[in-house]
Amino acid sequence: MIEKIDITLTINGRDYPIRVEPRRTLVDAIRDDCGQTGTHIGCEHGVCGSCTILVDGEPMRSCLMFAVQAQGKKLRTVEGLADGDVLHPLQRAFIEHHGLQCGFCTPGFLMLAAGVLEREPDISEQDLLDVLSSNLCRCTGYQNIIKAVRAAAVEMRMR
Amino acid sequence: MSAPRDELRSRWVGRSIRRVEDPALVTGRGRFTGDLPATLSVRFVRSPVASGRIVRVTAPDATRMICAADLAGVQPIRPMLHKFNYVPIAQPILADRVVRYVGEAIAAVIADSEEEAEDIVERVEVEIDETAPVVDAQAALEKNAPAVHDAAPLNIIVEGRVRTAGFEVARAAASKIVAVDVRSYRQNALPMEPRGAHASFDAATSRITLTLSTQAPHLMRTAIADLIGMPEQGLRVIAPDVGGGFGQKVSLAPEFVVLVFLARKFRTSIAWSEDRHENLMACFHSRDQYVTIEGAFNDHGKLLALSTDVLANVGAYSCFPTTAAVEPLMAMAEMPGPYDVRDYNCVARGVVTNTCPMAPYRGVSRPVVTFSLERLMDTAAAAFGLDPIEMRRRNLIRQFPYTSATGLVFDEGTYVETMDVAVRTLDIPAFRARQSRERSNGRFIGLGIATFSERTGYGTPAFAARGMEITPGWETVELAMDPSGFVEARIGSSPHGQGLRTTLSQIIADELGLVPDRIKIIHGDTDRTPYGFGTFASRSLVIGGGAALLAARKLRTKLIKIAGHLLEASAGDIVLEDGVAKVAGTDRALPVAMLARAAYHEVHRFSGDIAPGLTESGTYDPAGTFSNACHAAIVEVDVETGAVVVEKFLVAEDAGRLINPMIADGQIRGGVAQGIANALFEEIVYDDAGNILTTSLADYLPPTAREIPPIEIHHLETLTEASITKAKGLGEGGAIGAPAAIVNAINDALSPFGVSIDEFPATPQRIRAALRAAEQRT
Repeated sequence: MIEKIDITLTINGRDYPIRVEPRRTLVDAIRDDCGQTGTHIGCEHGVCGSCTILVDGEPMRSCLMFAVQAQGKKLRTVEGLADGDVLHPLQRAFIEHHGLQCGFCTPGFLMLAAGVLEREPDISEQDLLDVLSSNLCRCTGYQNIIKAVRAAAVEMRMR
Repeated sequence: MSAPRDELRSRWVGRSIRRVEDPALVTGRGRFTGDLPATLSVRFVRSPVASGRIVRVTAPDATRMICAADLAGVQPIRPMLHKFNYVPIAQPILADRVVRYVGEAIAAVIADSEEEAEDIVERVEVEIDETAPVVDAQAALEKNAPAVHDAAPLNIIVEGRVRTAGFEVARAAASKIVAVDVRSYRQNALPMEPRGAHASFDAATSRITLTLSTQAPHLMRTAIADLIGMPEQGLRVIAPDVGGGFGQKVSLAPEFVVLVFLARKFRTSIAWSEDRHENLMACFHSRDQYVTIEGAFNDHGKLLALSTDVLANVGAYSCFPTTAAVEPLMAMAEMPGPYDVRDYNCVARGVVTNTCPMAPYRGVSRPVVTFSLERLMDTAAAAFGLDPIEMRRRNLIRQFPYTSATGLVFDEGTYVETMDVAVRTLDIPAFRARQSRERSNGRFIGLGIATFSERTGYGTPAFAARGMEITPGWETVELAMDPSGFVEARIGSSPHGQGLRTTLSQIIADELGLVPDRIKIIHGDTDRTPYGFGTFASRSLVIGGGAALLAARKLRTKLIKIAGHLLEASAGDIVLEDGVAKVAGTDRALPVAMLARAAYHEVHRFSGDIAPGLTESGTYDPAGTFSNACHAAIVEVDVETGAVVVEKFLVAEDAGRLINPMIADGQIRGGVAQGIANALFEEIVYDDAGNILTTSLADYLPPTAREIPPIEIHHLETLTEASITKAKGLGEGGAIGAPAAIVNAINDALSPFGVSIDEFPATPQRIRAALRAAEQRT
């Protein structure tokens, strides 16, 4: 039995004191130890991006980090994207433009796009396409995801 | 078109309303199988070799582990088919003395956490006496090939043959015979959520609740209860949010049976989350076929006779419920496609090998069927010196209903018209001019098309014709309006991304004169829904939608009758709209909610004329309906590297009445994206020893947003009589047509080099190999 250690994860502004093995991945800790199951696991080897969250504002694959590495950092997951009951422009745009079907990859795409647009609201079309090509979706054929993110980008720039 | 009184109303049908599914899914409130906490976790010990006899399995002391011997009384999976020389073969729930593919589950390790179970699995020692495997379908047919199952010494487990009486005469009368050898390589449906199961024992009732990532909860309950030998009512199966399926999650996974067995044994909750490695290695594969196709044409290019040989590698076992015969037999029934040909000859075989079992994947055999037929059409066009469009025009079916050489009845469709739309939109003369200019600049662009039919919403007779033991043709919808006037629709279908909750609510809303928000669709829970087969084979909107319409018509009739009583008017004068029952031509009206209240609480007002309550049920079992489409692709091939870029993709399709155009377009785009993936990128590779080489997403390559172009869609809407909602299915068409269109475009681009690429995926390696071979010939 590997010894567990005490850490605190800060997810969407709330502290979660948890006790984990040092090898526990961040995504497992977020889901199983903190009960925030909106972040999904699709491949566990950093390719699909379903587990993308924001770590100090940067999109990260939470399957490629250990929970212990996230101590002291601000984590933001899909549960923290809306402002109370008011959806984030990205969430509204995904609904409006049919940017999801089964919805499994959606939290990862939302957090990827949120991280990028909040840092770089004027991102070029080509750069945006490059960014969105970091995650996989099997249902939509991507076109509506791209449309949704562009629409949200316009709205976010106007705010 | 003047609609009769009980014709489908269209206040909501036909509108791209937003999906009711979405708000939960974009806020992280979706509930997927892996989200449920469990007391125990399971990991499987899997075979590292393709073929062999298990000598011993040794686990560290104090390990909680079960092997085949511990499953006494649990039956193997042994699906049955009563036709086509089908040889039933059995799949043990855990490998029983013999292993037949890399990844086959040998033992289940149970621990308090997933990590702990994984650690133990790594320390389990498995000793296997290896035997010679057979990996390839053609090799499996060779004399002295090892037999994968004793029951099938020649490795053939299904063999269908058809030959029309006039075949030889028609073939002999042909002026030209054109043949193509096609190879479709093995692929994986790759839903973003791998499989998962969570079984929970309830001590109070001794029932098990099994939460599954499945497309077919009722079928899973039946199958698992049968295999374990328990009454179905002792098992509740829930399909919560399911992260994509594409056919892969229709079939019964032996792991699911293990989970229920263990929940009963340990009397607690226990979970298994398949990882991506397992999903690629040991979940179901598809599309591994060799096809030879030969067309006999008269001197005008009209197809007189079609002959084909289909050899499908079905892997090591036969899947439940369809059986492994689904690919070869569908190919046999549908190979003539949308073309008029009266004489037909086919041999379709399914052979077992030491590879992961095959199961349906979006389109099932039809991506390969369409690929074969459309390569034949282009090859024949070249042989006749005809334009590929003209070649198809001379052969597409035009009269409906059309009965094919294999007895399939095609309802009204627009095979020629959709192709015309594609041709007009593309401006082919302008493309040819550009193609010619680009070639002189050393750039090779090409245009390819594929015309095809998509058989959808098959009813019971279609499955019975295949000799299936289970004929999943019908669906039931139970509709209940509660005393507040809100409606609950309980359905046997099991959507997992198709937006069926939205589209069914549109159909029901129109019939009842309500807004869709007042209708809640309940699915994916065997305790809460009527028996049904689930969501696959482009069936749910046609069959489940039809059942919803039938149930809603009954409920409407009852509401009108109640309104007639309460408003003292003739039922014929009552109009239901905007949530109100009105007497036509008067200002007398009552809200539907008041009718509902009366139906439960004030039945004395009906003098015994009307039974209490507002619950109605509808069951629909249609003959089936064919949607159709023309796909067109423009690609550029880099002849130095063999890389292909899809510049444009166009779909002209006809799926009858579109209930929600936004959702329909989403299905098409997603299907085409998988078709492009299948055409260019994705391939499961085995080495000669049966080791799988593609078990990560670094090796198996689904496309990203960079590889999928915008997809232009044009709709025609033939209001078929074959479907009571007039909607045809369209879930698979995108994946069916795209491989053919893309590879035809590649061949068009490379026509100056004299290559013929008749395989998919057309990877850069294959394209370069074809170009090198062509260079060596010249």
